[in-house]
Amino acid sequence: MTNEALQETITALIPDTQFETGAEWLTITTDAVAIKPLLTALRQTAGLDFDYLFCLSGVDWKTHFNIVYHLSSTTQRHTVVVKAKVNRDNPEIDTVSDIWRTAEFHELEAYDLFGIIFTGHPGLRRLFLTDDWKGWPLRKDYEDPINMIKL
Amino acid sequence: MFEEVGTTTEGDLVINVGPQHPATHGVLHLVLTLNGETIKNVEPHLGYIHRSIEKMSESLTYRQFIYVTSRMDYLSSHINNHACALTVEKGLQIEVPARAQVIRVLMDELTRLASHQLWWGAMAMDVGALTPFFHAFREREAINEIMEETCGARLTMNYICPGGVMIDLHPNFQRKVKEFITLFKSKIDEYDEMVTGNIIFQNRMKGIGLLSKEDAISYGVSGPAARGSGVSCDIRKLYPYEIYGSLNFEEILETGGDCFARYLVRFKEMRQSLSIIEQLIDNIPEGDFQAKTKAVLKLPKGEFYSRVETARGELGVYLISEGGTTPYRVKYRSPGFSNLSALNHMSKGYKLGDLVAIMGTLDLVIPDIDR
Repeated sequence: MTNEALQETITALIPDTQFETGAEWLTITTDAVAIKPLLTALRQTAGLDFDYLFCLSGVDWKTHFNIVYHLSSTTQRHTVVVKAKVNRDNPEIDTVSDIWRTAEFHELEAYDLFGIIFTGHPGLRRLFLTDDWKGWPLRKDYEDPINMIKL
Repeated sequence: MFEEVGTTTEGDLVINVGPQHPATHGVLHLVLTLNGETIKNVEPHLGYIHRSIEKMSESLTYRQFIYVTSRMDYLSSHINNHACALTVEKGLQIEVPARAQVIRVLMDELTRLASHQLWWGAMAMDVGALTPFFHAFREREAINEIMEETCGARLTMNYICPGGVMIDLHPNFQRKVKEFITLFKSKIDEYDEMVTGNIIFQNRMKGIGLLSKEDAISYGVSGPAARGSGVSCDIRKLYPYEIYGSLNFEEILETGGDCFARYLVRFKEMRQSLSIIEQLIDNIPEGDFQAKTKAVLKLPKGEFYSRVETARGELGVYLISEGGTTPYRVKYRSPGFSNLSALNHMSKGYKLGDLVAIMGTLDLVIPDIDR
């Protein structure tokens, strides 16, 4: 499906969806509360079939976080990017690990490095860092005088 | 740490595999829950070689951050560099000269071949056959020598840069690659004879570590591991970059979904890589090996994503630029990380000894997972 056709189909499904166009892939912007119904619809609607979550990244924009989902379909061969805005003071978002199993691992990474809490995740824990590590390294305001070398 | 396992019942045994264990090929730490010899749960604990490459990249310039990626998946360092260079070129809209494109693809395929050779030797060693390891390393040495002559390094090449490649090919390159093609063509049949048909090897591989097509997609498995389950996911075919669109090669698919299917995919891919190298080695166009670029690169504000096929699967580079000389955020979608997420699902119900075979066919490289 082309980006325009995708946009039409998704708008028909969820009327007031916000889009960003102009990039290579169609981008949907939303907030943390609306993420679960949106992604469930993207996964389950026939014709969309976004069955492959190939990248899940956290981004710190200083005022808020973004969780970016890169989704594509192995049958329809189209791709969409979903950006969910997460509150910085109360960084919580629903897990999608029940929709795509790979998210379980990717969400652990985002929790470990950004401190974003995925509600409903089966076992949120530190993945790379030690259990007693303080702070969230990929946040922009993270300071570590020993391990960080600034150029 | 052990409270987390949760599902432990009377009679279960919780053991650690690694971080220092020969079969993990690096510092991977798995906490296994066993019932007798049957695996009930596998929980990976990562971070023993975590260097926070993503954070480091935020303070490195667009020329510098590429070199760090050689240290991610060190067996596909060319391809990692390639992915980053493609992202920067996408941002700056640099047209790469034809000669550089061919050199890049040649180097990518030589790297893939060397990586699969090492995997083949190590895989056979994991399941108890020691000899193939020495055979694989003998031929891999030829590739390393070719790399050393042109790039000046054997493992972390840092050869591909934004706009092309760092330096032109060494005068011996074509001759040596042709010699290697002749040598390897006879050796690969020997490899096949030595291991593939061996009944002990087949018994260790067939019907082990089953991964269905649906699960492979849901777990985000990519590369040869997914193609062993019949998922068509070769980025070189689906979203061709550089000159891959005009090359004649097959995407190898197997439908077994077990360890043997994944073994066959990688083995056959070696022949495909060899065929790509053969197609290109006599057709390297003359011209520049690098496009003219500014000394200091500044990407426009925006987001760029590029995908390439490494020896292990799909590598994605997600780069966010705020218009400065350093990236605002870089995320590497490394193939090993997603492939590892399927390990628990794939090894449940099999025996402890099978875990080694399953990890072998996933071809895990730990720095690629930890980053």
